[in-house]
Amino acid sequence: MLSLTWALIAVPLASALVLLLVGKRGDSWAPWAGVGASGATFVVGLGAYIELLSRDASDRSHHQHLFAWITGGELKVDAGLLVDPLSLTFVLLVSMVGTLIHVYSVAYMAEDKNRRIFFAYLNLFIAAMLLLVLADSFLLLFVGWEGVGLASYLLIGFWNYKPEYATAAKKAFVVNRIGDIGLIVAMGLMFAAFGALDFETVLGGAAGASEATLTGIGLMLLLAATGKSAQFPLQSWLGDAMAGPTPVSALIHAATMVTAGIYLIVRSAAIFNGAPTAQLVVAAVGAITLIMGAVIGMAKDDIKKALAASTMSQIGYMMLAAGLGPIGYAFAIFHLVTHGFFKAGMFLGAGSVMHAMKDQVDMRRFGALRGAMTITWVTFGVGWLAILGVPPFSGFHSKDKIIEAAFVGEGWQPWIFGGAALIGAGLTAFYMSRLFFMTFHGKARWTDDQHPHESSWLMTVPMIILAVGSAFLGLILASGDRFATWLEPVTGHVEHHDPVLSIPVIIGATLLLVALGAFAAWRLYGAREVVPVATQGSLATIAARNDLFQDQINEALYQRPGQHVTRMLVFADAAVVDGAVNKQAAGFLKWGESWRRLQTGYVRSYVGTILGGLLIVLLIVVLGGL
Amino acid sequence: MNPMNFVILAAILFSIGASAVLLRRNAIVAFMGVELMLNAANLALVAFSRLHGQLEGQVMAFFVMVVAAAEVVVGLALIIAVFRARTNISLDEPAELRG
Repeated sequence: MLSLTWALIAVPLASALVLLLVGKRGDSWAPWAGVGASGATFVVGLGAYIELLSRDASDRSHHQHLFAWITGGELKVDAGLLVDPLSLTFVLLVSMVGTLIHVYSVAYMAEDKNRRIFFAYLNLFIAAMLLLVLADSFLLLFVGWEGVGLASYLLIGFWNYKPEYATAAKKAFVVNRIGDIGLIVAMGLMFAAFGALDFETVLGGAAGASEATLTGIGLMLLLAATGKSAQFPLQSWLGDAMAGPTPVSALIHAATMVTAGIYLIVRSAAIFNGAPTAQLVVAAVGAITLIMGAVIGMAKDDIKKALAASTMSQIGYMMLAAGLGPIGYAFAIFHLVTHGFFKAGMFLGAGSVMHAMKDQVDMRRFGALRGAMTITWVTFGVGWLAILGVPPFSGFHSKDKIIEAAFVGEGWQPWIFGGAALIGAGLTAFYMSRLFFMTFHGKARWTDDQHPHESSWLMTVPMIILAVGSAFLGLILASGDRFATWLEPVTGHVEHHDPVLSIPVIIGATLLLVALGAFAAWRLYGAREVVPVATQGSLATIAARNDLFQDQINEALYQRPGQHVTRMLVFADAAVVDGAVNKQAAGFLKWGESWRRLQTGYVRSYVGTILGGLLIVLLIVVLGGL
Repeated sequence: MNPMNFVILAAILFSIGASAVLLRRNAIVAFMGVELMLNAANLALVAFSRLHGQLEGQVMAFFVMVVAAAEVVVGLALIIAVFRARTNISLDEPAELRG
């Protein structure tokens, strides 16, 4: 199946094109065609996985050359695909979670008359994401990177007849563009330093490059990653991106697209290994975002926005792990995989709840849904336990490893990063339990016309499969360090390091904080009555509800000065550039105006002029002595 | 008789004609001034021809007469057209070409 790798991209891409072009007559079969195309990628991915698994560990890399893409002067880029444990992990995650979400969408979007377009976009997204992870050069990765951005824009704004949804799509697109500049600059630096853009040359030559170059490339790659992965300071788009249909939130903004930044960092491990400063910044960005996301998540009443904040926070964990260097890479990807399962599962659960509650998203209007929607309750519960990191659910195995790794090191770093990761775990427990209790427990606070019911099997089956993954995947992959060994050819072998605190202490402290957080949430939102309308709240609550004023800060720091600069430029353009030209033209006009007066229209004045002219000529002739 | 006298006469006639064109508003009079200027030129040509003992000047004078005859036809036609359009033939009246 390895030779069929190109089909991973070609099949969903072709399906997307067909669905877009076929017109209305495809409306009836479009959803299942979309599911089929996505399922096919999973089958091919699985086949490639089995084939790669049969090889020796050191030989688990398959490079497929497709065609010579760009040959211009010194720049030669070939389009090719790289299948190795890292990219294949992503292929399996994207295609499997993607296919489940496709199936879910068949039921979720059944009422939407544009569902053919929706499935075309979903397939386009799958194709772009697979191209991103399978590319063998940064330039081809960039194509997938942009494709993912485009698909995300189209899907967030899928219901763009609502102006605020269209604005949300635009915001995501613009913020992502800022990150993309980082990737473009990084590629420029790579070309200057290594003369090539393919992974083999760049990553292979990274050891020989100067630290300054690597730091520059690393920081630019980080900028790209913060844009795509919604990390500080480019995190503001993720919350608004919940405007898209819920399957989109599950697919793009939880399981796959936002993980592209982590992929980029881990793929560029060789660059970051040679740039400790850049690594430190990556870890710092991760730590800041994980706390920030958790704080925002604690105050949100919109179930999807709370989950979005949680995604931000969890990606922060991955970013932190990726910033820790070789000891963290495998754990970052590990957490990414388990997170892909439990977060997708919870988003689908949230979609199921919204479906039952007539698209209500305010958790203060939920409550007591456990009786009405048992399957959703159970699957969401599994996801909840997984994200809390309760053993033996998946999140425990992946998140705990990150917390342990964060405590490894010397000086102040392990205490800061480890502390942030530890506190983050407690906050996560609080906000996720709050979400869970407000939605499924307590008293019913439904509005009159809401009659919640369980969703159809098309929606529950993907949720059940994801819940099974959330429950057991971590245990399966963690036993015997199976996952870390599988990734070792890419992330490199790491000697065991001892954290500054002993491992049982860290695990104990984590579980204690998680229990405290969950208990506090139970006391505040499970046992006590939740008011259906949010109260004013303290200053901290207001700040968290407003996403810690990130939009206001962006507006004050970048948008307003930017507007002033553009206004100044417009003024300068009108006054100086246009001014010079216009003044010149006006001068010519005046000059012409003064000559125009000679044309009196009176015949006799013309005669006078002619005679005068004749006289002057005569005088010249006579006086000149000719 | 000194041929230079004819040249001086021609200059005087030309000046009178030019003055008529410049100073009179009546198109017919101005037109007569133009004719006077043409004939002054003719006189000068013939005088110079006599002065130099060559015939080119006289040939040129005949040409001028022919052209002047044609010019009279066009000129008078124009004057009549203007008169029909405006019921007068003042030269200062039509000023549509004023810039």
